[in-house]
Amino acid sequence: IRFILLQNRQGKTRLAKYYIPLEESEKHKVEYEVHRLVVNRDPKFTNFVEFRTHKVIYRRYAGLFFSLCVDITDNELAYLESIHLFVEILDHFFSNVCELDLVFNFHKVYLILDEFILAGELQETSKRAIIERMGELEKLE
Amino acid sequence: MALSGMRGLSVFISDIRNCQNKEQERLRVDKELGNIRTRFKNEKGLTPYEKKKYVWKMLYIYMLGYDVDFGHMEAVSLISAPKYPEKQVGYIVTSSLLNENHDFLRLAINTVRNDIIGRNETFQCLALTLVGNIGGREFAESLAPDVQKLLISSSCRPLVRKKAALCLLRLYRKNPDVVNVDGWSDRMAQLLDERDLGVLTSSMSLLVALVANNHEAYWSCLPKCVKALERLARNQDIPQEYTYYGIPSPWLQVKTMRALQYFPTIEDPNTRRSLFEVLQRILMGTDVVKNVNKNNASHAVLFEALALVMHLDAEKEMMSQCVALLGKFIAVREPNIRYLGLENMTRMLMVTDVQDIIKRHQAQIITSLKDPDISIRRRALDLLYGMCDVSNAKDIVEELLQYLSTADFAMREELSLKAAILAEKFAPDLSWYVDVILQLIDKAGDFVSDDIWFRVVQFVTNNEDLQPYAAVKAREYLDKPAIHETMVKVSAYILGEYSHLLARRPGCSPKEIFSIIHEKLPTVSTSTIPILLSTYAKILMHTQPSDPELQNQIWAIFRKYESCIDAEIQQRAVEYFALSSKGAALMDIMAEMPKFPERQSALIKKAEDTEADTAEQSALKLRAQQQTSNALVVTDQRPANGTPPVSELRLVKVPSMSNVDHSSADHGVTQENGTLTVVDPQPPEPSADLLSDLLGPLAIEGPPGSAVQSERNLVPGTEGVPNAEDALAIAPVGEQTNTVQPIGNIAERFQALGLKDSGVLYEDPYIQIGIKAEWRAHQGRLVLFLGNKNTSPLVSVQAVILPPSHLKMELSLVPDTIPPRAQVQCPLEVINLRPSRDVAVLDFSYQFGTHVNVKLRLPAVLNKFLQPVSVSAEEFFPQWRSLSGPPLKLQEVVRGVRPMSLAEMANLFNSFRLIVCPGLDPNANNLVASTTFYSESTRAMLCLIRIETDPADRTQLRMTVASGEPTLTFELKEFIKEQLVSIPTVSRGPAPPPPPPPPPTSAPAALSDPGAMLAGLLH
Repeated sequence: IRFILLQNRQGKTRLAKYYIPLEESEKHKVEYEVHRLVVNRDPKFTNFVEFRTHKVIYRRYAGLFFSLCVDITDNELAYLESIHLFVEILDHFFSNVCELDLVFNFHKVYLILDEFILAGELQETSKRAIIERMGELEKLE
Repeated sequence: MALSGMRGLSVFISDIRNCQNKEQERLRVDKELGNIRTRFKNEKGLTPYEKKKYVWKMLYIYMLGYDVDFGHMEAVSLISAPKYPEKQVGYIVTSSLLNENHDFLRLAINTVRNDIIGRNETFQCLALTLVGNIGGREFAESLAPDVQKLLISSSCRPLVRKKAALCLLRLYRKNPDVVNVDGWSDRMAQLLDERDLGVLTSSMSLLVALVANNHEAYWSCLPKCVKALERLARNQDIPQEYTYYGIPSPWLQVKTMRALQYFPTIEDPNTRRSLFEVLQRILMGTDVVKNVNKNNASHAVLFEALALVMHLDAEKEMMSQCVALLGKFIAVREPNIRYLGLENMTRMLMVTDVQDIIKRHQAQIITSLKDPDISIRRRALDLLYGMCDVSNAKDIVEELLQYLSTADFAMREELSLKAAILAEKFAPDLSWYVDVILQLIDKAGDFVSDDIWFRVVQFVTNNEDLQPYAAVKAREYLDKPAIHETMVKVSAYILGEYSHLLARRPGCSPKEIFSIIHEKLPTVSTSTIPILLSTYAKILMHTQPSDPELQNQIWAIFRKYESCIDAEIQQRAVEYFALSSKGAALMDIMAEMPKFPERQSALIKKAEDTEADTAEQSALKLRAQQQTSNALVVTDQRPANGTPPVSELRLVKVPSMSNVDHSSADHGVTQENGTLTVVDPQPPEPSADLLSDLLGPLAIEGPPGSAVQSERNLVPGTEGVPNAEDALAIAPVGEQTNTVQPIGNIAERFQALGLKDSGVLYEDPYIQIGIKAEWRAHQGRLVLFLGNKNTSPLVSVQAVILPPSHLKMELSLVPDTIPPRAQVQCPLEVINLRPSRDVAVLDFSYQFGTHVNVKLRLPAVLNKFLQPVSVSAEEFFPQWRSLSGPPLKLQEVVRGVRPMSLAEMANLFNSFRLIVCPGLDPNANNLVASTTFYSESTRAMLCLIRIETDPADRTQLRMTVASGEPTLTFELKEFIKEQLVSIPTVSRGPAPPPPPPPPPTSAPAALSDPGAMLAGLLH
């Protein structure tokens, strides 16, 4: 995974995590382009769009777009389902997650993501393991 | 849910959300930033809680898109805070704000190291996460050993170890040297025994990166991967929490199968069998289910299994099962599955021989080309492009042309490029090719790059038969109202050169041609005007006797442009005016363009250049590289932030010979004539050289002969090639003192090329030599693809052909230098004079650090000059009887035959184009075959072969060969014998074979080239 973006319909970035070194200006460009690429796609279309020399795997949940940028040779469906797993984890953690939860607790979302993905690769695919880990961390604060 | 509140932060976020517009938001942010800045200035008064709060706020402001550079320092310094809450914020915010290239990160490196080697598990996790996400080279060098220790430590919790695995993966990608292969491969294998699936998932990702670089070192991991996959696929010992919608971790399954694709084969039969059982189960057992997530997850596994099956060259049955599955997928409604069906079919084309089955789905694929979703359309286009061959090129290209008019802009350039390439590659006849390109320009002129029309001009120039046709077509298009400027260029060019061929047709007198072209002049841009001027000059030249009226018109135009502000136009106008006043001299100077030297289509290069960069080189590509040389051309890695693929197409200019000899020819001519100023070829801009190829010579050009002459002088090896007998004597004796080890077995590669017409002839770490051949009767046309694998040039490249006496071979110019990552094509013409089994040798050398020299046998072997022919009983028997005995008919009992069934033998014969005619011989143990042999001395000559086998003893047989020429009969008999008798080839082991006892003269390096040894044995 090159980067992960969480954007709403208006293109506001709710979470951005880059696993490749990019300049600030480049990040803004990427976020703008990815938003434009996915926002108007018909729900009946594929969840994959080619983006520059890579591929964006995206999924829409209510007004939020979760987009992963991966290599063109990567397994698309596996990454598509990892988005869903991430959403299930968020949903469990915030019990019925909505966009506002992610806005006001963006720092938690970063923590969860760091337990889920590291170095651009899946680190843990057990929902339980991640939720338990978050519990441990909360106690430390 | 107890969300730890930070009131200040929440209030700030609410404030921002309540802003009515961007301006208010900016004001609020500025106020906050000012506040944060002053607070950090008087740091003494700040509590740890406040620091934490402000740093979070900064991250939020950063996410809104504002610049918070001043806060980098604050975030980094929090990393060294003693308590967890602040440290955590420091780590997380730093890894969001900074990337590996920031200098501030260096400040933290010591703290990070201390946290990693310290005893606080939570701190270890934070540090590993930071390094895993943004660590750069410096981190790799100083931290890798510590991270490795954590990964294999038995006292660490899985939590730490999985982070260590991925952290190490990051460091390895930054600098592969940090993992010491010798020590690490055993450890890696042990890691795969891990029971904890979190650790196993992370370790598997690490393994993928390791084997992608060097599978040799990790063979011991292969059976472990298969075991892990079995465990998952059978759902044995998988905790509930690791199943996803009932499927045992689909991600780990996918990763494991990915790792397996980097091993070239699986030698151990038991492991192979277990793996195929699992794969079979996945292929058969995946059903479509209602639940989207479950369906996606199971198909993720299925598609990975398909890729692995393709990679492993499974049995025919399993392969056709795969194609059948894909055929089903490309017809389903579910868009994701259809997309992947198309994508995987394209991949399948690259590795296996399934073109014919895939062609059956052509109609279905064309439907997807019209899908509303651009992602699907692109896949369909790629697949059509990949599956196109001579048989379906017309249909596919016409389909693409039709689609071009309605296609969206995003795809037009790619579409026209692909259509142009296919038209060129597979044109059943050249006039069709011209039609396609002109239609392309007509329909999508804006998207047709210059290369496309340059290429069609090249073809027309090089093929006399095509010239009148192209001229007629160009003339027709000019009648259309409002044609694209590119069309003006190409028609003006073609008509300038060849309109005199149409002189008798209505509407094609020089005057008419001139006026219809001149009509367009007011509408075109400055880049087109020079072409039009050249056309006028050429028209003048062809109008003999001259037509004063036309001449005056054209002169008037030249005079008008003599004062043009554009230098190119001005120069041409002046020169053409002066030249055309000289009368007859014009004839020489404005003569028809000489033929262009053959070169690889710039278009094909262009298409190849759109390779994407990936974290790990794809297994498929690695394999494709091993198989055909065409896949070799890889341009330099682009920065990750490149521009979109289509527009970033850039010409990688191979130092085509044409460049060299154009300029030298130009100079030469100029000096001879002494009347012209030299227009120097433009400085080497990316595309200028192509332009100068086409446009440059228009301004000054000499009689075609001179170019050819100067070319000939440059060809190395046309002189000084020792005569054939000498050459052969030299070839096998290996005085090769190379220190460079070839990749793969040279003898096996040669043998494989005996049966097929394209593949790799030779490869070492620096160069890959691929070959592609076409054979027609007694002639052959080979193309050597010399691919430089490095990022620096290969120099002193020399290729000399040592032909045996029966072959006439002519190699085109081989450039002295091959630029980085470029591929050069060198055509080689072969003419077969007489039947013989002798083999031609390519003496190839280059300099890269050391001097490397190899002698390679070329697959211009006897069977290449055979054409299959099947004869009926009525034809066979009279022939057979008329060739009554030696020397035209020879019989021999052959012993020591490799035991094979009759069917296998028939296959072997067919593969050598000796076509087995079933049913001719009443005895079921016999085999009759026929073929036609072509050479200059024999012309086409029918050869008949009969093999009588002994079912009781498969190691011996009686062979009878007959033809109308004694040498042919003898050579063919010997040739077949060589194929039947088991030749002592070098075994496949990893270690080089022990040197055979006697030959003391051969240097040890020669033994590493079994090809050379074998050549010795054969003579």
